[in-house]
Amino acid sequence: MRRFASAVVSRLVIIVPYLWLFVFFLVPFGIVVKISLSAPAMSMPPYTPAFDLANGIGGLIDAVRQLSFDNYVWLTEDALYINAYVSSLTIAFISTLFTLLIGFPLAYGMARAPDSVRPTLLMLVILPFWTSFLIRVYAWIGILKPEGLLNQMLIWLGVIDTPLIILNTNTAVYIGIVYSYLPFMVLPIYSALEKMDYTLIEAAQDLGCPPITAFWKITFPLAIPGIIAGCLLVFIPAVGEFVIPDLLGGSKTLMIGKTLWSEFFNNRDWPVSSAVAVLLLLILVVPIMFFQQAQAKAQESGR
Amino acid sequence: MKSLGSIRRSFEPWNDPDAKPYIRFDGVTKKFGDFVAVDDLTLHIYHREFFALLGGSGCGKSTLLRMLAGFESTSEGSITLDGENMAGIPPYRRPVNMMFQSYALFPHMSVEKNIAFGLKQDGMARSEIDDRVQSMLKLVKLEQFGKRKPHQLSGGQRQRVALARSIAKRPKVLLLDEPLGALDKKLREETQFELMDLQQDLGLTFVVVTHDQEEAMTMADRIAVMNYGRIIQIATPAEIYEAPNSRFVADFIGDVNIFDGTVVSADPTGTELDIGGGIALRSDNQTNVKAGGKASLVIRPEKIRVSREKPADTANAMSGEMWDIAYLGDMTVYHIKLESGQIVKASSLNAVRIVADPFTYDDRMWVSFDTDGGVILGEE
Amino acid sequence: MNSNWSRFNIASVILGFAFLYLPIAILVIYSFNESRLVTVWAGFSTKWYGELFRNQGLMDAAWVTARVGLVSATFATILGTTAALALTRYTRFHGRILFSGMVYAPLVMPEVITGLSLLLLFVSIDFGRGFWTVTLAHITFSMCFVAVVVQSRLVSFDRSLEEAAQDLGASPVTTFFQITLPVILPAVISGWMLAFTLSLDDLVIASFTSGPGATTLPMKIYSQVRLGVTPEINAVCTLLIAAVTIGVIITSVLNKSREVRRRRDEQAAYAGR
Repeated sequence: MRRFASAVVSRLVIIVPYLWLFVFFLVPFGIVVKISLSAPAMSMPPYTPAFDLANGIGGLIDAVRQLSFDNYVWLTEDALYINAYVSSLTIAFISTLFTLLIGFPLAYGMARAPDSVRPTLLMLVILPFWTSFLIRVYAWIGILKPEGLLNQMLIWLGVIDTPLIILNTNTAVYIGIVYSYLPFMVLPIYSALEKMDYTLIEAAQDLGCPPITAFWKITFPLAIPGIIAGCLLVFIPAVGEFVIPDLLGGSKTLMIGKTLWSEFFNNRDWPVSSAVAVLLLLILVVPIMFFQQAQAKAQESGR
Repeated sequence: MKSLGSIRRSFEPWNDPDAKPYIRFDGVTKKFGDFVAVDDLTLHIYHREFFALLGGSGCGKSTLLRMLAGFESTSEGSITLDGENMAGIPPYRRPVNMMFQSYALFPHMSVEKNIAFGLKQDGMARSEIDDRVQSMLKLVKLEQFGKRKPHQLSGGQRQRVALARSIAKRPKVLLLDEPLGALDKKLREETQFELMDLQQDLGLTFVVVTHDQEEAMTMADRIAVMNYGRIIQIATPAEIYEAPNSRFVADFIGDVNIFDGTVVSADPTGTELDIGGGIALRSDNQTNVKAGGKASLVIRPEKIRVSREKPADTANAMSGEMWDIAYLGDMTVYHIKLESGQIVKASSLNAVRIVADPFTYDDRMWVSFDTDGGVILGEE
Repeated sequence: MNSNWSRFNIASVILGFAFLYLPIAILVIYSFNESRLVTVWAGFSTKWYGELFRNQGLMDAAWVTARVGLVSATFATILGTTAALALTRYTRFHGRILFSGMVYAPLVMPEVITGLSLLLLFVSIDFGRGFWTVTLAHITFSMCFVAVVVQSRLVSFDRSLEEAAQDLGASPVTTFFQITLPVILPAVISGWMLAFTLSLDDLVIASFTSGPGATTLPMKIYSQVRLGVTPEINAVCTLLIAAVTIGVIITSVLNKSREVRRRRDEQAAYAGR
């Protein structure tokens, strides 16, 4: 009897979180897909259901026949959406590149720091991650706006005469993304470099390799798993980013997260915003699967 | 009375036809996927025996132990303990306890709590638990350390806590998985004797898994040498060493010289082996080899004598040159290259401090041994 | 990796941290600005903090956020820990790949998608939007973060501790509560803290799933930020930053002193053998 009980418990360990994620993560995607295939309506909820299971199999077949890809056709016909997707990917890609350019030297510097300061440095990188995303983005508004601190300082230094317009441009979005996602880039690279045995560099130099070559031939290749993880951690969420383009970007900044938000909250067009979400997910499915594989591998090998 | 090895045993239930085995593995097989960890193995262990499972890593010895503890199920066959079939009994219902290789001391509990853990699971009364814990601490000489946490103990102390914890419940059988593996050499040797005394005093059956032949030889009443999930030989340490039943066992335990050849004659008085180059070796040992067949003579280095002149009255003598000398303090190991090119290992005890005419490299040497020095092993 | 902390390394670390911390520092400094104009320094003042506590809307939002955070972090910790156990302990079960996918995907999933899909779920089952919908949404995405944190602890967990407990007569359930849970507790606690801060920070998912009467602090801040930078918001942000910083520092100091004590004990034990 007790064995039976413990068998049930061990099943529950799997079933409970499985069921939870199934109901609150997977099923909602199904609903998004379903609604993206239905027509908008001026009611609450503002769409006509694509299919209603109450009508049985006949109703289901009927419904399938009525499924409309209108929303998707609409998306491909309106340049606004296509531009938004393209520009999201571009902005995310460029930001990821800049994050890497800033994050790698930082991670490398941290990994080579003396043992005594390394834990403190690590904590200093993690700390901003714990503070609110919104607050960190908000902090830049005061700095970047025309009469903001950056312009004040540059004018005071005599670098410029008239204030630079940075806020409400794509530049501000890049700064915001790089700033907000920097810890995500630094941490995986740092943990890859920190594990590295420094005697490898010594061995390379002993075998006649100058320091710069040793860096490119030894250090860099060993950091690649960390670089890939870091880039994915920055790129994927950045594509769907909403807060940064909304607060720092201008009216010309097109990003899909913002488009989805305004379709949903301003135009109240749920079917179209669902279609936007489905397409966004399709674009991200490959990098996400890539990320999952890397994650599962890292977890199982026991970091 | 003559005996194999320099020890006479009074406890040998395995030679008593009326004795009932305490632990029985009957036809036990364990598969992990396609990998056969334990292969149709039958093994009987007797009450109060100190039994060692010896083998290299991956030979199945730990799997065997874990099946007895209940952490692994058997794929085929049955395990019986004191007449009770263990099939389907989970580890927490088995009257055996285990001492883990890593000790597995609960890091968040004090030494006392660790020792009391198993007793609490049995619902023993508080006062009784306290008494038992104190007597266990006394047994392993850790009375002052009861309140400490495991990380506040040295390696040797941790080992003793693990031991105390695993015998606190007075199990029918104590299983020890590489019990001394994490200790340094000196401490290991001391602890071996402590474990033997403890086993005697408590009258428990011990099954120990080890890859360290010295450990097995020192402590065990009998040793099972395992390889690829099978038992190659079960015997007392002296039998394993002096009469290995196979090249594997001979090679695995201690150092050995093996001379391969063709059987010239084999009869109840002994065996003669032609090893080529006109050399014939004689042994009293008579196994089931037949004249004309292939066989090997297996002999330990310390059974071989080294001399400058050919010894007068010896059955087996071969000449060669001194190739290597290793001075180890208590003894010296010589490597002598025979005319055939084979290198013979011979060791001699350094019984005197001052040697009149020591050997050196390239000396012409003779190696010789008696007819009862080695064993004959047929082709496997 | 160590030694040879070159000038280049030091410079990149200093610049990197300056980039990370200057904006926050500026925000904090200007929360003590006398003037309403946030870019002109007009002397030290704490009046915006006083103002803050009189702003009923903000205080209500803070209370909602705290409740959502406490409830969701607690459930997320329970669910995330079980998910981590399932992933590390059961290497083979039906749909394990799907399961690990569902655990890892929310880590990078754009929040707009998670938010939208959860809202559509709640609407389609006609679940009234408010406190509980936000809480359910937060449990769902933060449990995955908890799972990852706990899982990385479980991977290095010495399984023989559990086997030893069972060998000594403890059933699997007893073993979990008396051995496994106490040993992994630090990871579970940091999982809880992570879940709590994630819930505290979230704007997008809360905006989608919230309803009347369940406006969270980030939602409130967002709606005010859109109107421009105000010292009042700077003050709220400073308080939030202070709370998180103090929490993180306390736990890391506690961890560190425990680690130091432990190392000292170990050295003493070996020296005095």
